[in-house]
Amino acid sequence: MSTRTQVGARINGEDTEFLCEPRQSLLEVLREGLGLTGSKEGCNNGNCGACNVIMDGSLVNSCLVLAVEAEGREIQTIEGLASGGALHPIQHAFLEGAALQCGICTPGFIMSAKALLDHEPEPTEERVRRWLAGNLCRCTGYDKIVRAVLDSSVQMRDTARSDGGRS
Amino acid sequence: MTTEHKAPYRVIGTRPLRPDGADKVTGKAQFGADIRLSGMLYGRIKRSPHAHARIKRVDVSRAAALPGVHAVVTAADLPGAEDRVAELGEGSVNMRELSGNVLAHDKVLYRGHAIAAVAAVDAHVAGQAVDLIEVEYELLPPVLDARDAMRPEAPLLDKNRRTRSMAGPADGPSNVAAHYQFISGDPEEGFAEADVVVEREFATRMVHQGYIEPHAATASWSSDGQLTVWTCTQGAFAVRDQCVAILDIPVSKIRVIPTEIGGGFGGKTIVYLEPVAALLAKRTGRPVKLQMDRSEVFEATGPTSGVNARVRMGATREGRIVAADVELIYEAGAYPGSPVMAACMTALAPYEIANTKVDGYDVVVNKPKVAAYRAPGAPAAAFAVEQVVDELAEKLDIDPLRFRLANTSREGTRGPGGRPFPRIGHEECLEAALSSPHYNTPLEGPSRGRGVATGFWFNGGMRSSVTVIVNADGSVSLVEGSTDIGGSRAALAMQLAETLGVGIDDVRPSVADTDAVGYNDVTGGSRVTFATGIAVHEAGMEVRRQMTERAAAHWHVPASDITYEDGRLTCTSDAQKSATFREMALQVLRTGEPLVATGSIVGRGVGAAFSTQIADVEVDPETGKVQILRYTVVQDVGTAIHPAYVEGQMQGGAVQGIGWALNEEYCYDDQGRMANASFLDYRMPTALDVPMIDTIIVEVPNPRHPFGVRGVGEVPIVPPLAAIANAVYRATGVRQTQLPMSPRRILETTLGLS
Amino acid sequence: MHQIEYAAPGTLAAAVALLGERRGSASILAGGTDIIVQAREGRRRPALLLDVKKIPELTSIRTAADGGLIIGAAVPCARLCAHGDVARLYPALIEAAGLIGGTAIQSRASLGGNLCNASPAADSIPALMALGAVCEIAGATGTRELPAGEMCTGPGANALREDELLVALRLPPPVANSAAAFERFTPRNEMDIAVCNCAAGVTLSADGATFISGRIALGAVGPTPLLAEEASAALAGKPVTSSTIKQIAGMAAAAARPITDMRGSAAQRRHLAEVLTRRVMERAVARAKGAQA
Repeated sequence: MSTRTQVGARINGEDTEFLCEPRQSLLEVLREGLGLTGSKEGCNNGNCGACNVIMDGSLVNSCLVLAVEAEGREIQTIEGLASGGALHPIQHAFLEGAALQCGICTPGFIMSAKALLDHEPEPTEERVRRWLAGNLCRCTGYDKIVRAVLDSSVQMRDTARSDGGRS
Repeated sequence: MTTEHKAPYRVIGTRPLRPDGADKVTGKAQFGADIRLSGMLYGRIKRSPHAHARIKRVDVSRAAALPGVHAVVTAADLPGAEDRVAELGEGSVNMRELSGNVLAHDKVLYRGHAIAAVAAVDAHVAGQAVDLIEVEYELLPPVLDARDAMRPEAPLLDKNRRTRSMAGPADGPSNVAAHYQFISGDPEEGFAEADVVVEREFATRMVHQGYIEPHAATASWSSDGQLTVWTCTQGAFAVRDQCVAILDIPVSKIRVIPTEIGGGFGGKTIVYLEPVAALLAKRTGRPVKLQMDRSEVFEATGPTSGVNARVRMGATREGRIVAADVELIYEAGAYPGSPVMAACMTALAPYEIANTKVDGYDVVVNKPKVAAYRAPGAPAAAFAVEQVVDELAEKLDIDPLRFRLANTSREGTRGPGGRPFPRIGHEECLEAALSSPHYNTPLEGPSRGRGVATGFWFNGGMRSSVTVIVNADGSVSLVEGSTDIGGSRAALAMQLAETLGVGIDDVRPSVADTDAVGYNDVTGGSRVTFATGIAVHEAGMEVRRQMTERAAAHWHVPASDITYEDGRLTCTSDAQKSATFREMALQVLRTGEPLVATGSIVGRGVGAAFSTQIADVEVDPETGKVQILRYTVVQDVGTAIHPAYVEGQMQGGAVQGIGWALNEEYCYDDQGRMANASFLDYRMPTALDVPMIDTIIVEVPNPRHPFGVRGVGEVPIVPPLAAIANAVYRATGVRQTQLPMSPRRILETTLGLS
Repeated sequence: MHQIEYAAPGTLAAAVALLGERRGSASILAGGTDIIVQAREGRRRPALLLDVKKIPELTSIRTAADGGLIIGAAVPCARLCAHGDVARLYPALIEAAGLIGGTAIQSRASLGGNLCNASPAADSIPALMALGAVCEIAGATGTRELPAGEMCTGPGANALREDELLVALRLPPPVANSAAAFERFTPRNEMDIAVCNCAAGVTLSADGATFISGRIALGAVGPTPLLAEEASAALAGKPVTSSTIKQIAGMAAAAARPITDMRGSAAQRRHLAEVLTRRVMERAVARAKGAQA
């Protein structure tokens, strides 16, 4: 008898269905089942943030969400951030600011930064650092990452102003 | 080789976007665990729970019978590897020992030592199967401290091991694998001359490189016996060499494809999973992917040595260091090969001291076999030496930077290994630190202190090979084999663009597999921008020569009549005949032979790297917690090819050093179990634990590289341990001689809490 | 992970019934930040994970009849900390709950999970104790109440029977001239388990010069978070001065029964108990007096 459940979720704006066992994490299903390997496994116990996705508007460690819990939820992964080939300002800022070296932690940081800037458009450096404390990076020493997040907050505010809030 | 190209440069020194960046910010880049192949199975490894034991019996029958399991393998499935030592660029490896480390034969030597492996339909089933493998052990007493291991009555890890030293192999068995000794001048006479002598003992603990990506490898055999391995490694050719030795297959039968790598820092230069994946793939006839979990990374890969050090240094009243005596004991883990030799060579390298004696001991203990970690050996030695230097300066009432300046190594100073230093930039680093805004801003407030330290690291040369292909539209493909762990593919593309005089956007670099490019030694030893850069330059010059030949044929003039400058070919006798590289390519490459050049070199003329660092700290006297208030890294990089990536190396190395200094350590119980094998309790710095890291790039070009390059990747981790210790001393009045300087240790040493 | 079942009942009654059926082989899944890790590492091996996040009583925050607050056991800390009433009335709870893990953990981790997981170092428990929180529990035989300080029976063990689950935490209505504060000590600035933590709730006289009563709770210094009873009782009638605070802090530290483990030594923990109690009391006093804490 199958132990699998059918789950329906909205992933990166697309209605998606998959089969999974209760013991599988959302991270595992994203990576192995759906081919969305942008979210990474760094520790599998919620201590490094490399698996960060945004679920129903909240930043979560997808390694600590069971795949079955994704039923009916809205999930955004790194693969869904750029729209039609245009990078999100945070992605731009990371590139321009040389805020990545090996790049393994980068998707997690970008999703984490997005979750912050979507709700707090003008964070201080201290606020950014505290928000990002759950994302470990071993290559950069965080300096350029924090600068890139602060820069993208400026970018996003400028865009919002010039768009009159249309974007 | 002299610096033929001089600043000002057109491309070098600018900050183009990295070519692999778009894929990395969109999640498209493929790292080790991202490989997915049709029919792929998943592997997990059975590991010893005991730190020291004989394996009496392994029973895999229940595991093999579990539904969903396709194969189980043990060391019995490996051919015996030879006692051959291979030079890997960041240390040498005995192949028989490496094979034993991959799958244990008759003894397990550390908790986590691999014994068997399973391939199954998914990782959960594989994990359940691993639990069903029964192993009978005969427990042996573990030895967990290098000094204990050196005692005559200590349990032996290997009864056949004899200490190697300059006196030849010793008679009786020992856990001391090697004793190195370096002497210059007459230390005892030197100490007699000294007005001030300081002697201290220090101890550091085993720490891990802490790369965020766990090891992962996938293997697949074709039906005609061709093995392909995808792995996140610092050296695809090193993986190939090691698999050839361990699996006993010909080089021609294996192709290693390096994926993107999520951090290495030296820890991904030797194989753990690749041969096991290959065995499982062979047995099952299907691709097999093996991925470590975080606790396996801690317990069963290659952290770096905990160290016991004794340093005695003497100086004259005038501030001249006249003698130094250093003893370094490094734990190698289960097999020999700690970085103690490099530590011996780097410990005193920043200083010109007439009389020195350095003794180094490589000692095996029941812990994982250590691997390279960014400037292997040097940080712990600097933690010791730089604090004694600091103490001497204090006793002599001389500014700590000026004291170092008065004793600095220069061009011609007898350097590591007895060779005189070429042109180096230590003096310039010290001067830059002295005049830095940080150093000239007074630090005020209670419980605050400022510390400085300096450090040296070699750069590696070794073998690099690249291929440059000029495309019909004038763009250039750079095929290289140095896996990119810090942005090197960008730096190499920039050196090629500079050589050819074309724009950086015209150069497309790629990191190729072992069938697609000539031999490349590992990415490590701070060698890639330097050595692969030389290969790139050589190939670029060859492209220029060939392009000049094509232009000559195209314009019907002798090649000697054509100059190549700033990316433009011009006929000296007829200025009308002039074309850019791109224009000429468009003219001549649509017909005729393809334009391909290679550069294959052994890197010579390494430059040596120095870094001087300044740390301001505040220590909470009630809790012992250290806050880093301000941090500056000064480093001589030769020529900063891509300044943003150079800054990134400086900042990243400094923060790893900060973690090592303050909170990172392997906590072992008396049975050799690591109590903190997770990111929760192995405490690496978070973004909230460090301030912005200021960088001051010093450029004393290396005269023996075409663009003046010195390796930058490793030296920034050498000074932080001591810089912070010196700062904590000034903040608390107590010298920390043990790492990590955790809040607990600081309370114990300042308040006498036991 | 071993093979596991999952159920997400929509009512409290269904959840209780399921627990009764499974006789101890079920574990509650709220945020999952503890139980999923434990199941993955084989430290707990439940046959069933019972997801309680669809049960309204466990995911709501509502005002109690007496003006206090009833917080569903599975409410994520992030939602708790963003809740205006909670922030206004029980800032100590925000201080504590907001420290449970980093941002992503906060989206999932809950007070109920933190309490029932019963780690001696749990960050929410001393604050719940200092605030006089009461557990509302539902089981096969009905509902019952338990002071939060009595939930933990040992490291990793709680007072719930096999058929019971924690439904909500009830916080008493705030009292005039009262306030609480929480602080913890960790080697890094975030993402760590507390080496020692402390919450103190104080009630002052109307003129702010005398302590009327107080409750001091310490974590990570015993097998369960503990109430420093003698120190708490000794507050009554004492003048609100630094010297009182110092004296009380010393008594609280004396009540600590810390061990030495890889996260800290007994001596360090005892020392920190005194330091943190002092700091937390000073902040609670300032808060009670209406100053910005």
